[in-house]
Amino acid sequence: MPHLTATDELEIIGSSGGAKPPAGSGRDGDGGRRGGSSGIPQRVYVTGITIAMGGILMFFMALVSAFIVRKGLGGDWLPFGMPRILWLNTGILLASSGALIQARRLFKRGDSGGFRHWWAVTTVLGLLFLVGQLIAWRQMVAAGFYLASNASNSFFYVLTAAHGLHLLGGIAALLFVGWGRLRKLTLATGTEIVSYYWHFLDGLWVFLFLLLLLGR
Amino acid sequence: MSAHAGSIHHSEAPKGWIRHYIFSLDHKIIGTQYILLGLSAVTIGVILSLIVRLHLVWPNLHIWGFANGIVSPEDYLRVITMHGTLMVFFVLTTVPQSGFGNYFLPIQIGAPDMAFPTINMLSFWTTFLALIVLLASAFVPGGATISGWTSYAPLSAVGEIAGPGLGLGQTLWVVSIALFCGGSLMSAINFLGTTIDLRTKGLSLMRMPLTVWGWFITACLALLAFGVLLAACILLLLDRLAQTSFFIPADLSVSGVVLHHAGGSPLLWQHLFWFFGHPEVYIAILPAMGIISHVLSTFSRKPVFGYKAMVYSLTAIGFLSFTVWGHHMFISGMNPYSALAFSILTLVIGVPSAIKTFNWLGTLWGGRIHFTAAMLFAIGFVSLFVTGGLSGIFLAQPALDLYLHDTSYVIGHFHLIMGVAAIFAMFAASYYWFPKMFGHMMNETLGKIHFWFTFIGVYCIFMPMHYLGYVGEARRYASTESVNYMIALHPVNMFISFSAFVTMSAQLLFYFNFFWSIKHGKPAERNPWHGTTLEWSVSTPVPHDNFAGDYPTVYRGPYEYSVPGAADDFIPQHLAPEQVAKAG
Amino acid sequence: MLSRKSSTGSAVPAILFAIVLLILVASTLYLHIAKTWWFPEAITPVGHQIDQQFFATFVVTGIVFVLAQIALAWLVFRYRDQGRKATFVRGHHGLEVLWTTATLVVFVALGVMAAHAWGEVHFGGPSPDALQIEVTGLQFQWEFRYAGPDGKFGRINVKDIDASVGNPLGLDASDPAGKDDIVVPDLYLPVDRPIELMLRSQDVIHSFFVRELRIKQDCVPGLIIPIHFEVNKTGDYEVTCNQLCGLGHYHMHAIMHAMSEADFEQWEKKQEAQNAQ
Repeated sequence: MPHLTATDELEIIGSSGGAKPPAGSGRDGDGGRRGGSSGIPQRVYVTGITIAMGGILMFFMALVSAFIVRKGLGGDWLPFGMPRILWLNTGILLASSGALIQARRLFKRGDSGGFRHWWAVTTVLGLLFLVGQLIAWRQMVAAGFYLASNASNSFFYVLTAAHGLHLLGGIAALLFVGWGRLRKLTLATGTEIVSYYWHFLDGLWVFLFLLLLLGR
Repeated sequence: MSAHAGSIHHSEAPKGWIRHYIFSLDHKIIGTQYILLGLSAVTIGVILSLIVRLHLVWPNLHIWGFANGIVSPEDYLRVITMHGTLMVFFVLTTVPQSGFGNYFLPIQIGAPDMAFPTINMLSFWTTFLALIVLLASAFVPGGATISGWTSYAPLSAVGEIAGPGLGLGQTLWVVSIALFCGGSLMSAINFLGTTIDLRTKGLSLMRMPLTVWGWFITACLALLAFGVLLAACILLLLDRLAQTSFFIPADLSVSGVVLHHAGGSPLLWQHLFWFFGHPEVYIAILPAMGIISHVLSTFSRKPVFGYKAMVYSLTAIGFLSFTVWGHHMFISGMNPYSALAFSILTLVIGVPSAIKTFNWLGTLWGGRIHFTAAMLFAIGFVSLFVTGGLSGIFLAQPALDLYLHDTSYVIGHFHLIMGVAAIFAMFAASYYWFPKMFGHMMNETLGKIHFWFTFIGVYCIFMPMHYLGYVGEARRYASTESVNYMIALHPVNMFISFSAFVTMSAQLLFYFNFFWSIKHGKPAERNPWHGTTLEWSVSTPVPHDNFAGDYPTVYRGPYEYSVPGAADDFIPQHLAPEQVAKAG
Repeated sequence: MLSRKSSTGSAVPAILFAIVLLILVASTLYLHIAKTWWFPEAITPVGHQIDQQFFATFVVTGIVFVLAQIALAWLVFRYRDQGRKATFVRGHHGLEVLWTTATLVVFVALGVMAAHAWGEVHFGGPSPDALQIEVTGLQFQWEFRYAGPDGKFGRINVKDIDASVGNPLGLDASDPAGKDDIVVPDLYLPVDRPIELMLRSQDVIHSFFVRELRIKQDCVPGLIIPIHFEVNKTGDYEVTCNQLCGLGHYHMHAIMHAMSEADFEQWEKKQEAQNAQ
């Protein structure tokens, strides 16, 4: 069977799906992103965390729309006093994002010591936020607002708990990267995806806080 | 291993039986695990539907496993709830996507594995755990739940006082579904990441096989839908266990007991459930659409007609599927104006579905059709899809849904378009890919006999259900003997039950064929169907990292069949233009 | 010669497909035209309107069904492998545009037509002189309540519910408006007079369905959902529950007695007399 070069007749296929030379990796973002390399590119971890955040966002949006619908039913909705410590917690979480930005900046500059320092600060601030949230819960309980007391209280606990659990995952990721327990990821990718996730949770918290503050 | 060496090559197969077959990271093993999980679930699901059909026509028949051998009304509801849950979640959602998708997506895009193998393994074991929890619910005090696979609140929320199985059984059901959501979300992340970033050189989006497009869009839907169901499950669990009032309204008196809940909304559960539930229908059918396009093209020896239209219609269906959930709630008491909006959107989503059907017919047109078992199932799928799709036009109109809602008509409709159609795609996929998965061919003659029994059988089962719906027979009735107009339908039900027995028996052919052929089937060549896509370019059995380090470059679209000027009637995607043999 | 070693190109499956699909089309057409298993006659003006919409949809989907199944059978038969090469064609832009537009127009037109019948059921309110009847679903029976001579429904208190003393709805004894309320397990109504049902539930979701009315409506706890209609034909019709409500779902059953105005008044008198005792 003679092997020939592509001829005019074969060029019929040259339309949309035709025998074009293979597009290089990333040439138009559409030519087979991995290209010819044999391994898993680091980029996929960034893609993965972006997708995961999409899924998490939908989960919270479901809770938020339930909140809005349930409140809209009126009738039995009773506002509650927001624990004041939530303001402090919010400040702490925003500060942790700031520390994380600083850590990443130093990492890119190659300042390993500074990076570790600010990374640790982020982690500690994250833990402080969680402790603050627990205190807020205790204050709610002390004020007589239990999970089942009223739908508004139920949503307070559900939203803060769901966010807290996701943040706990973020802290685990911070520790994981901080201790250098990475196998397939480079440290650069590790810090990148953890920071995306952390800022996402930070932004999500601000949104939930405003929702609870204005919508309770 | 050093902190960030980045093991970019993991081509070594793990040693040891447990790491290899149980906690495997290999997408092919995980895909097979999913398929076997689905096969177990479908076996139980089919046996349950057998019990349903037996009970409906011979209510006093003694059936092994039930108290006194009699299927009581609550047993009947347990059986249909379990049947629906198993089939929708653990078969239709699992096998076409996580099963065949896991196995073939990485190979078809020229990747060594899924992007996140550990997460892949975790998704499978989470799903497995979900199945165990669901099955366990049948063996707890009170038994499995009776609230149907949709678990409408407040029946599902108020606990045991509303009926048997609504205690621990219902709680386990919710836990199982929540676990399933977790597994599906992880799986979706994997599918999306893999498709976006691991395509081999030259494989642009518009050169992806339609199977990959189906899995990709499905993963998008799963990512956005399962989070919502998870949220709904958590709220339901709190209503059940922590006395909150998300779905339970005030002033309920159940079995003479006044409940201390206030202000919740049963419709809220329905909105959340169907916001997931409608995309879920497409999660079941989009991978099937991809598989069918793939098989039709291969055995018509023609490119898929209107490849781009196929891609755009898949995307359109995916997008629109999030806007139509309200059509499940026309009789729920929702705002009648929103019902109209949902109705029009539902009819609009029929358009991309119709486009796909026209293009399937276009693919057959002018082809050179080979009637393999896989092809028979693909052609059968098109017929079923047309029938099931057209009955949907009735249900999309709220004025007509007023009559047909929750009748046997709906059962007939969704079994044809979602259940049986997707099952046909799984059969097509099995006969088509079996040689690559196991290195042996399935027996074609048995496969064809299996097809004809199944194809004629499912029409005999589900077409009459539409007529029962015209008369008004309600679904989920443990007995039709309390309603005069339903008693008269007994002969039709008898016909359906007999058809079901025959069709179910014919499935034994498939089980036998499947398991017997793994060892004893005719040895398969590398590319038995003369296919063009990358799975046929690798050796059989597929090596651990799929391409043994030699990753292909893709030069053309996925369905280059019968290209004028070429010697063969197929040009594989990975063949360089200078290697393509010229005719003459 | 068509016979080949491999059966892949055999005419047998093609012929079988043609036969099966033709039988499917023929039997479906026959059963729809002969109306072997069919809707009962509608007894309300809205019901007739819904039936017309059914008819229009049957015609449209019927034509598509027949054409599509026969086209499939023909394609499979015509293009079975007979040794000639497949036609190489990637698609046809014009055809795609054509069938996309055509289906869009047909489907949306059907949807718009159907909106009329839906509007009849849900948009217009009942006429002010409509007879109001409250329908309550509970595990597992229906209760129908009439306001009685005073035209006012008495207050309901969930704590007063006690079926054993004949108060399944929980009528509050301290409300004088409730003294003359009529509560019965079957639905009695006069023909040719606007009726308004107010649907509610005491425990879980039920669904009120009378085939001849062509109306099905969930009874959702926490909500009172009104529906209205006017029956034009006397007779007894079956009321069923169509939303899974528990183990007795299948026997949640009542009769709707549509009576002449005179008969209805007589029935009402009798009930009032019983209440007065």
